[in-house]
Amino acid sequence: MVYWLQQMLNALQLGSIYALIALGYTMVYGILTMINFAHGDVFMVGAFFCFLAATYLGLPFVPTLLLTMIGAALVGVLLERLAYKPLRNAPRVSAIITALGLGLFLENFTLALAPYPKHIPPLLENVTWDMGGVSLSSLQVLIIFLSLGLMFLLDYVVHRTPVGMAMRAISWDKTFVPLMGIPVDLIISVTFAIGAGLAGAAGVMYALAYPVIDPYMGIMVGWKAFISAVVGGIGNIRGAMIGAFILGGVEIMVTAFFPSTYRDFVAFTLLLLLIVVRPYGILGKPRTQKV
Amino acid sequence: MSAVLKDAWNGLLDQAWLVPALLLIGFGLAFAIPEYNLLNKYIQLVLMYIGINIILTVSLNLVNGYMGEFSLAHAGFMAVGAYTAALLTMKVLPVAAYPVLFPLAVLAGGIVAAIMGLIVAVPSFKIRGDYLAIITLAFLMIVKSAIENIDYIGGPRGIPGIKRLTTLPWVFFWTVATVWMIRNFVYSKYGRGVLAIREDEIASDLMSVNTKRVKFLAFMLSSFCAGIAGALFAHLLQFISPRVFDIIKTTDVLIMVYLGGIASIGGSILGATAYTALMEVLRPSTMAALFNWLPDLIFDPLNQYIIQNLGVWRMVIMPLLLVLVMLYWPRGMMGQREFRGFIPRRDRDAYRRINAPVNAPGEKP
Repeated sequence: MVYWLQQMLNALQLGSIYALIALGYTMVYGILTMINFAHGDVFMVGAFFCFLAATYLGLPFVPTLLLTMIGAALVGVLLERLAYKPLRNAPRVSAIITALGLGLFLENFTLALAPYPKHIPPLLENVTWDMGGVSLSSLQVLIIFLSLGLMFLLDYVVHRTPVGMAMRAISWDKTFVPLMGIPVDLIISVTFAIGAGLAGAAGVMYALAYPVIDPYMGIMVGWKAFISAVVGGIGNIRGAMIGAFILGGVEIMVTAFFPSTYRDFVAFTLLLLLIVVRPYGILGKPRTQKV
Repeated sequence: MSAVLKDAWNGLLDQAWLVPALLLIGFGLAFAIPEYNLLNKYIQLVLMYIGINIILTVSLNLVNGYMGEFSLAHAGFMAVGAYTAALLTMKVLPVAAYPVLFPLAVLAGGIVAAIMGLIVAVPSFKIRGDYLAIITLAFLMIVKSAIENIDYIGGPRGIPGIKRLTTLPWVFFWTVATVWMIRNFVYSKYGRGVLAIREDEIASDLMSVNTKRVKFLAFMLSSFCAGIAGALFAHLLQFISPRVFDIIKTTDVLIMVYLGGIASIGGSILGATAYTALMEVLRPSTMAALFNWLPDLIFDPLNQYIIQNLGVWRMVIMPLLLVLVMLYWPRGMMGQREFRGFIPRRDRDAYRRINAPVNAPGEKP
């Protein structure tokens, strides 16, 4: 029982990091029906911003978090403006290929600038409480509650504010929405900024939880977040959160019972089966294709 | 000046003798070079890589270019072919019979890869576009992860000490064979079906194209060729591990496809050649050799810098090149054009009439 509680806690921590990244995938897909494969690497860039702010500027936790989120948001907007916007009317495959290329570019560019894995200095004092055998660290509590907070904030922004209303309008229809006076380009950039900012926050949390970062860390975490978004129904914000916690749970369970090398195998098999059986995910709705 | 060059280039591509001539010269050179050591070993190696990359590019072009699907699984099929052939030559086949049995091992690699191609082909009946891209990606990751978890085939450590059985004549033979197969497929009845699926799958289904069979064959053929390329690759590199066949390998092939231009066999050949050569030129040792004529005072610091940094920046240039090609040169070198020698006689008139296709593939008019 104690063991299970401990694993559930780990699953919550992993799931909340996945969820923050998955939100970026799902928001961009919802608004542009495009998979931003470079998003996992924006998360990686976020972790590196966190490293820069914490090591070279010597900032404490809260300014580091804010600076990282802003930096990652800028990277996201830059990618959108320079690479995705010119391709908005091109075949969809072009955008996917470009995104893959940008992801690789970010990885190798970071590698060229930072050839060795970096250590993040401890930004916060980590206290571990022992509650009847279950060990709970203050870091875990922070990660879980901070990401939940950001998720509720995002949910509020998307469902209760004018910007969110504009986002939902654009994802509903792209032809007539500009006629209603909605600045489509601006809203798309804002979407990218929010998604990338959340990925940056995830980068900080990941760097706090697993303090060694390297330029390729974004690949696997990014794909896992993407699987979460698909599991929940891509394009659906609440679905992405649910999917992330499910995937986090599945992964922790797999590592609890099997050798940990089976984790990726199980995660991707889950993705494959899910797409074949229920491609629209848990909360998504099937789309009918018109001829 | 550039107009003159362009005309000359287009004129050259239109020559019917180009393909037979290339074939003949290539055939002669493939045997002469290793026999008489005409070129140094490094350039011979690069030539073999070019051949393998042509196989990969032409076969990926069948799915991504002609059929308009988006597959990322090519490195996965390559891995399957490489592991099958390597295990056959290392653990099953007797050493004495290598010269005879090596082509069989390569063929076996292709066949097993083609069977694995079913895993991607069957979902593609129902699923298209982004989701098919995800399925192919998941396939790639599953293959990699499965290999890592099977200890018998070396797990994450890979297989070292494979015999170097790939030679220039063999690479030439397999390159010609796969290009010939794919060219024949593309200009066959099924090839028309492939093009119809690219334009509109539902409409082509209504027009009595057997879309399932066409997709099935296209995916199988494509993965078969990828398997062959993998088998040759394993016996050239002499070491394979799951890390060799990751998403970066697929990206390499994607760049070659889009650089050469989609839906063009000639383009794939040019793209693979140009890209492989470019990547080799950007290697630190090659760059150092290129600048060797400079006086020592300049050369030494330059050489130092190149050796220390170029290896990494080369990896930065590669994806950037892909993005730039997508943004500014979406047709690539020969998008939807073709060496005239590849076009069957009955199609040449039609090809000349539509010489400059108006819409890039996949684009709705």
